[in-house]
Amino acid sequence: MSTARDTTVATGTTTAAAMAVTTSSASPHGAGDGIAAAVEAPLLSVRGLGSHYGRIAALRGVDLVVGRRQLVALVGANGAGKTTLLRTISGVQRATAGSIVFDGDDITTLRPDRRVRLGLCHVPEGRRVFGPLSVADNLVLGAYGRRDHDAVADDIERMYQMFPILRQRARLPAGTLSGGQQQMLAIARALMGRPRLLLLDEPSMGLAPRLVEEVFAAIVALRAQAMTILLVEQNAHAALAIADRGYVIETGEIVLSGNGKELLYNERVREAYLGL
Amino acid sequence: MLAQLLQFVFSGLTVGATYALAALGFTLIYNASHVINFAQGEFIMLGGILTVVFLASGLPLPVAILLALLIPAVAGVVIEKLTIEPAKGAGVESLIIITIGASLVVRGLVQVWFGKGAATFPAFSGSTPIAVAGAALAPQSLWVLGSMAVIVVALWLFFSRTIAGKGILATAVDPLAAQLVGINTQRVLLVSFALAAAIGAAGGILLTPITMTSYDVGIMLGLKGFVAAVVGGLGSGPGAVIGGLLVGVIEALTAGYVSSAYKDAVPFVLIFVILFFMPRGLLGPKTTERV
Repeated sequence: MSTARDTTVATGTTTAAAMAVTTSSASPHGAGDGIAAAVEAPLLSVRGLGSHYGRIAALRGVDLVVGRRQLVALVGANGAGKTTLLRTISGVQRATAGSIVFDGDDITTLRPDRRVRLGLCHVPEGRRVFGPLSVADNLVLGAYGRRDHDAVADDIERMYQMFPILRQRARLPAGTLSGGQQQMLAIARALMGRPRLLLLDEPSMGLAPRLVEEVFAAIVALRAQAMTILLVEQNAHAALAIADRGYVIETGEIVLSGNGKELLYNERVREAYLGL
Repeated sequence: MLAQLLQFVFSGLTVGATYALAALGFTLIYNASHVINFAQGEFIMLGGILTVVFLASGLPLPVAILLALLIPAVAGVVIEKLTIEPAKGAGVESLIIITIGASLVVRGLVQVWFGKGAATFPAFSGSTPIAVAGAALAPQSLWVLGSMAVIVVALWLFFSRTIAGKGILATAVDPLAAQLVGINTQRVLLVSFALAAAIGAAGGILLTPITMTSYDVGIMLGLKGFVAAVVGGLGSGPGAVIGGLLVGVIEALTAGYVSSAYKDAVPFVLIFVILFFMPRGLLGPKTTERV
């Protein structure tokens, strides 16, 4: 399987933000130099990853690479293993085979809270905000693992600027927010951890079309700020359209990968996931 | 007439404060793990017994109390590490049974080490009663109620003002999401056991000058603390306090006006009545789960 880095250059992008990310992540200098190679190494590299629920294999030999400042989309049907892959990467699901290397460190057996401290922040499927706690407390908790307490208040302010509705609802229990607002809060909570890699699991699930657009606009804005994102979506079209690179997963195995546009126009993907 | 009522209420509130502290212990651990820790009563017993032992060895009262709070806290952590943690993944029912086993071990060890006799130590500020509207209020009762108030306020501040406290609340709400924001949920459980044990021990220390202590007081005090937690609404801090005081007062009134023979039956009748009419207890959290 080819690495993410070498296939992103040819992407025929439609948005300016996508262009910026593509060009910045594809600089090919210094492949032979040790230090430069380390700088250019992918942020996340998953090799031969396996995971089981009891005796049932949910992931089988998954290889996946996320380059720095890339937006990588993982698409597939219900039950294909998308969520399991994200859960295994963030450590709340045990890996039974293979390895996960994050920024040069093998984190395959690291505790999930340690992974968050390394900058792996995961927006879980179904949002899972802390319902009885206030919106502001949810944001504070997003920075739980951080030691730079002074910067937390500034970051909360940045979140309020990014999602103004959260400022209006700051004192209310998070459970009283609408689904779309909870999704914004879940993303903001993860951003409070100052992620170096943001894992987004089905951010558009269960949202009205207008809110889906809003969520995707937020994702595009994040990648424009050079955030590295691994996006899991059933909404394959929308995800691949903004992705630098895409992976297609079926019954726990990666069956296709390529840059976002390639997959978008791939016959098999179009038939199976785009309904075209 | 009124003086007599007041007398019963005083004694009810005093014992009830101990139930409230035990109930807070149940609540803390329940929230962190959904386990009902039936070893909670043994922490109450340990608090009293250890203070007796340390005072007898010549330590000053504040030091004896401090040690009698710390050692049960450590015991709580050890119990969690040795019994709950290895059984991770087992059902909640199994974990509850494990805590019953742990309580038997603690009780048995203390019985062998300390003996079966009852023991006590003098009240903190003498035992000259204060007259209030014809009723006699023991100074130790003020210690019990005052300490409970301080503990409640301290807990409230901890959970509403500190990131560590909010982390425990978040773990109670959604352990998975808590892990994903970087909370070590295993440590939250340990901290909850330590806190619950220390709070329970505080109750045991405070109550011992009034009711005496022995190796087996934890059974009844623990069960009544459990009743208090359920009556108040399992998982609710304020509910635990109200439930504890309520159980204490009703028990004292029954003992005073009906017969002290029924005293111990009262909490268990109360739990049926409350759960029949208010299945979530007085202040139980609404269980709204979004799917």
